[in-house]
Amino acid sequence: MALDPLLLSRLQFVWVVAWHILLPAFTVGLASYIAVLEGLHFASGREVYLGLSTFWTKIFAVSFGMGVVSGVVMPFQFGTNWSRFSDATANVLSPLLAYEGLTAFFLESAFLGVLLFGRRLVPRWAHFVAALMVAFGTLFSSFWILATNSWMQTPAGYEIVDGRFFPKDWLAIIFNPSFPVRLGHTVVAFYVTTGFVVAGVAAFYLRRGRFVEESRTMLSMALWLLSVLVPLQIALGDAHGLNTLDHQPAKLAAIEARWDTGQRVPLTLFAIPDERTQSNRFAIDVPDLGSLILTHDPNGTVRGLKDWPPDERPPVTIPFFAFRIMVGIGLLMLALVVASWWLRLRGRLYVARWFLRGCEFASPLGFLAVLAGWTTTEVGRQPWTVYGLLRTADSVSPSLTGSDVLISLIGYGVVYLVMFPVGVTMMARIVGRGPGHRTLEPERVESGRPAEPVRALPPFAEPGARL
Amino acid sequence: MTATLPDFVPLWTVILGLGVFFYVLLDGFDLGVGILYGFASGREARNLVMNSIAPVWDGNETWLVLGGVGLLAAFPLAFAIILPAVYFPVLVMLLALVFRGVAFEFRYRDVERRTFWDFAFCYGSAIATFAQGVVLGAFIQGFEVEDRHFSGGSLDCFTPFSIFTGFALILGYGLLGAGWLVLKTEGALQAWARRLGRWCFLGVLVAVAAVSLWTPLIEHDIEQRWFTWPDIAYLSPVPIITAALAVLEWRSLNNRSQAAPFVGAIALFVMSYLGIAISLWPMIVPYKFTLWQAASSPSTQAFLLVGTLFLLPIILMYTGWSYWVFRGKVRSDIGYH
Repeated sequence: MALDPLLLSRLQFVWVVAWHILLPAFTVGLASYIAVLEGLHFASGREVYLGLSTFWTKIFAVSFGMGVVSGVVMPFQFGTNWSRFSDATANVLSPLLAYEGLTAFFLESAFLGVLLFGRRLVPRWAHFVAALMVAFGTLFSSFWILATNSWMQTPAGYEIVDGRFFPKDWLAIIFNPSFPVRLGHTVVAFYVTTGFVVAGVAAFYLRRGRFVEESRTMLSMALWLLSVLVPLQIALGDAHGLNTLDHQPAKLAAIEARWDTGQRVPLTLFAIPDERTQSNRFAIDVPDLGSLILTHDPNGTVRGLKDWPPDERPPVTIPFFAFRIMVGIGLLMLALVVASWWLRLRGRLYVARWFLRGCEFASPLGFLAVLAGWTTTEVGRQPWTVYGLLRTADSVSPSLTGSDVLISLIGYGVVYLVMFPVGVTMMARIVGRGPGHRTLEPERVESGRPAEPVRALPPFAEPGARL
Repeated sequence: MTATLPDFVPLWTVILGLGVFFYVLLDGFDLGVGILYGFASGREARNLVMNSIAPVWDGNETWLVLGGVGLLAAFPLAFAIILPAVYFPVLVMLLALVFRGVAFEFRYRDVERRTFWDFAFCYGSAIATFAQGVVLGAFIQGFEVEDRHFSGGSLDCFTPFSIFTGFALILGYGLLGAGWLVLKTEGALQAWARRLGRWCFLGVLVAVAAVSLWTPLIEHDIEQRWFTWPDIAYLSPVPIITAALAVLEWRSLNNRSQAAPFVGAIALFVMSYLGIAISLWPMIVPYKFTLWQAASSPSTQAFLLVGTLFLLPIILMYTGWSYWVFRGKVRSDIGYH
């Protein structure tokens, strides 16, 4: 079997970015949550906020460390495996990536050190500011990386000279047509993901009767946030769909498995798209609903895949199913949020066991939805790296052989399969110990090990004495 | 529009040169501390060694991202040619950095014993350093280029010279790390760091001498630059200052000075860095493309320059502040867990 460096490079990029995206999906929201907790503690002085902040900061440290190391890998992929893409697009895209480093990464890492290790070395307000800066850093990072990604989806503000892209209008490049909705949709997705993790952890404790005060605070905060953001996310998703219809109609046709252009098109709830016969098998269609949802007009026209030559069509099956997974998860989330309103009105939010069990079950859903949504938009962009202009096949480094990339793919495969399970186990252990341990634990050194064996416990600190 | 913009290449050369140097310096000392960590005996010593860099390592590694992305932004052609050419060293470096990076968080699972992650931290640091040294050696030797892309094989970068520079960099980072530990520790641990620092220093001395003699032998252009009159007279301060610094460094490793070994190691790195820069100027893809030929469009450089000139001082300020917070000898009693 001949090894194809293009296919293997694509697999490698999928592998490293799919694992990596799980970390910002969690840390962007968590950084903001920690900043809010620090702020509430700073303003109210209540112990419960301090305990929660300390607890989530431990988990944040593990996930952020994993995010840093898996993130350092990413820009180098552009050079090692996608050098032709880099050569062609650098004049336009590289400042956006550089601004991500300048505005976000330094801010995050410098203030993270203070957030993690500096509680007793700096004044309280400075510690709060450090938490805020870390949160801003994660948001700045999202801004620039999504501007970059959006430009690849809906390029604007450029001119092409000798097969390379040159900048003409920087504002048009950054605020390209799909950027605002993509930024909103993605950042809200990250917050929702974190919200369900926090709610799930709170439900886990409440069902077992542990850390009741902390858990009630967590569950209540998380569900208020989700009450706003889940409906908002559905509206943003709808706006994103309209945007895709305008700017990437082939992607939308693939998402909907729509082969023929038409008005009053049905909504295909389920089907097995068959790219060979250019038709759907076992389709379950709802008449006219497709046009209504996609164009907000029952008579609206939706273009079908047959409008494009076969070598300019994205794969159909993957975006079709990935999109349905994402939407399905979104509806499940909405159901839980609506249930929480009803329970809160009846004062049973913290005791309804079926609901708490549902929250536990829902805690990983955000990650699945992020992965599914990302798969939809990236696979739907194919066969292009820069939509309609630069083919994926023309982006790969010309010097690579299949075996080169196979070796590196195996390397990333092995290392990530060690790192991620260990990291998740570690976070699970921190959750297992819970937020209440704070004042009982011996002081630990920065890297986490006690300076003395555990048997030599210092006298118990009084609550609040660590401030 | 582009005609009216001035030539930003010299300024970007300075910025990128400084950025890469900051990386070498900052991640250099914490990779070096990681390498020396393998020689630390006893839980107490290992904890203090680790603590001395725990709050700053990810900030230091951020300079690697900035160096990579900065190269892409300012000199994209160099990025597109060099990275495929050093495919495997970069892969090995990234994987090693993954292991050593997560070790900071993962190693405390087992309190009493050395765990897998203790070894991951030490070997990860050493292997990442070695891979960076190979990249440096391959860079000095130059790359096969056709049109606008690398046309050689992915294993071309492994030569006796680049393997040698790989080992040399381990010693160099070890020296920086030892200097940092002398600065941050006291008592027996500091004496231990001085001892290791002296061994690293002797190794560095041999390596610098060997590379200085070997490089002109394999690269004719560099030989011309260093050994023809009058260049030899203009450039003679470089080896003379280096030799003087080496004497000072040796003395500071043997007397009781706290900061001098670290400062001296930095100064030696500055001189080596300058030596390489002088040898290769004005090439960014050695012997093929100059800085100007590989530069991005003036509009790209201008757009990024505005923000960089504004942000870089701010970054240096708050990075300095975060170092200031953790100033002084490392303590074992501050923490968050």
